[in-house]
Amino acid sequence: MQTVLSIAIDALAYGMVLFVISIGLSVTMGLMRVVNLAHGAFAMIGGYIASYAARDLGLAYGFAIVLAVFGTILIAIPIERLLYRRIYGAPELTQVLMTIGITFCIIGIANYVFGPTLKTVPLPPQLQGSVDLGFRAIATHRLFAILCGLAVALALWYAIEKTAFGVKLRASVDNAAMAAALGVRTEIVYAVSFAVAVGLAAFGGVVGAELLPVEPYYALRYMVTFLVVVSVGGAGSIPGALLACLLLGGIDTTGRYLMPEFGEFFFYLAVIAIICVFPRGLAGRAKG
Amino acid sequence: MSMTTTNDLIAERPAKHRFGGGDLIGLGVILALAVIGYFLFPNNLALLTRIIAIALLVLSLDLVTGYCGVATLGHAALFGAGAYAAGIVSAHYGINDPIAMLAFGIVAGAIAGLICGAVILRAHGLPQLVLSIALIHLFHEFANKASSWTGGSDGLSGIAPSALIGLYEFDLWGRTAYVFGVVLLVLVFFILRLIVRSPFGMLCRAIKEDPIRIRSMGASPKAALMKMYIISGAVAGVGGALNAISTQVVGLDSLSFTMSAESLVMLVLGGTGSLFGALTGTIVFMFFEDVVSAANPFHWLTMVGALLIAVVLFAPKGLFGTAAAFVARRREAK
Repeated sequence: MQTVLSIAIDALAYGMVLFVISIGLSVTMGLMRVVNLAHGAFAMIGGYIASYAARDLGLAYGFAIVLAVFGTILIAIPIERLLYRRIYGAPELTQVLMTIGITFCIIGIANYVFGPTLKTVPLPPQLQGSVDLGFRAIATHRLFAILCGLAVALALWYAIEKTAFGVKLRASVDNAAMAAALGVRTEIVYAVSFAVAVGLAAFGGVVGAELLPVEPYYALRYMVTFLVVVSVGGAGSIPGALLACLLLGGIDTTGRYLMPEFGEFFFYLAVIAIICVFPRGLAGRAKG
Repeated sequence: MSMTTTNDLIAERPAKHRFGGGDLIGLGVILALAVIGYFLFPNNLALLTRIIAIALLVLSLDLVTGYCGVATLGHAALFGAGAYAAGIVSAHYGINDPIAMLAFGIVAGAIAGLICGAVILRAHGLPQLVLSIALIHLFHEFANKASSWTGGSDGLSGIAPSALIGLYEFDLWGRTAYVFGVVLLVLVFFILRLIVRSPFGMLCRAIKEDPIRIRSMGASPKAALMKMYIISGAVAGVGGALNAISTQVVGLDSLSFTMSAESLVMLVLGGTGSLFGALTGTIVFMFFEDVVSAANPFHWLTMVGALLIAVVLFAPKGLFGTAAAFVARRREAK
């Protein structure tokens, strides 16, 4: 029973971190049809900035998160303007190559600037230790990650379903040309969602730094996981991404706990099985 | 901006001659380069042999990506399958004849091609890409765990190929391995040239352009792509076996995601949809890598990234494709 509970908590925390990072990727992929392999690199940049701010400058954790989110968006804007703009609507191979190129560059630069060692984001005392839930104590940080994931999911749901911007966003996802013809400024919708996606990636990178340690190869190591989440969940679908994250987080964590030697093995087998059964993702709609 | 390939250029030429003058010139260039390489770098034949092995992998990737339009980031699985098969029969079963090892490599590559093709071709677009990545990780993990067979992360050692056709020992300088590699490359190139010009090759190109139309014309895109995947696996298996025979060790890196991604980079650098493009890309990339990564492996990654971005932005047809388009324009102008 104890094992089952600790697996469940860890899986939930891991799944939520995955969700925070990959939901931005899912939305931009559904919206702009860009296979963005560099998304993990933005999460990594967020982790590095937070680590620098909190550990080397000694700033507060909350402040470090804000700095990481806005810093990463600032770094991403010129990249979007100069590079991503040119691959909207291009064939997948082109997009894959361009974004892998960006990822390699960011890894190389991160390694040059910060060195190959692991970077930690020191937690504030409030998030250290554990919380007693009555029947079981769990690490506060895990709880924090889960709450962050829930908050992001709720906020996104509200923004997309209830606000005027959400209406424009959904219209652009469904049919960009028609939305533009009806007066939606699609470039602004694109730019805002790209910025939000990158910001969420950075946020997830910082919050999840305990689970996914920040190091130069972060971008390459977890790239696959993020892509898997999006493709299993179906691009552009929030419930799909949430479901996929919980499912994959559960499979991965369970595998690691029960069969540490074959953990990865089951994860990838599950991925292949899910995609073969649902080629368009769990919540994918029947369109390319 | 689209990733046009040199297919269009080739398709415009009359396809009457299965093996035209251009191909003879191409073969001549390969052989000339091989001879020049032999005399220019007599102490570095191992690198040249490795370039040939990788070139076979890139050629095989070109078959599915360039000619069939299947985007895959897991093609090293086929290469690694060939390498491990050739290595395992030698290290564990004492089959040390290089030709037999090569045959096992080809068969294993083709089987891996069958498996990968069966999985990857089930989806399109992003899911396809993710499937290919999941597959390469699965293969990698499998080889890592089956360490009694593959040596795990230590690599498979104890491969001792006997003399080639009983006459030529594999020497310390790698001369035999190099000549063996050049002969294999020329043979494979010749066969592939026939395949891509055949009606079957044309069918694959047509599937890349418009699969729905091909289906309505009565052909099965899936069957053709599967066939191409198996051929591609056999070619990658040749490369893997050559690598195992020449270096006498097989490491996990031959089944890695990085290897797959790099082979895709090489292909695009040279130009997709053209066998010469695949060769050009491999040679340029490998020499570049040898020079730069000797200086600093991490700057190397930044350079590859920058190179990729530059190719996508400024030469989407790749080096060979851009040059071929330039020559074609000059010809038209005359």
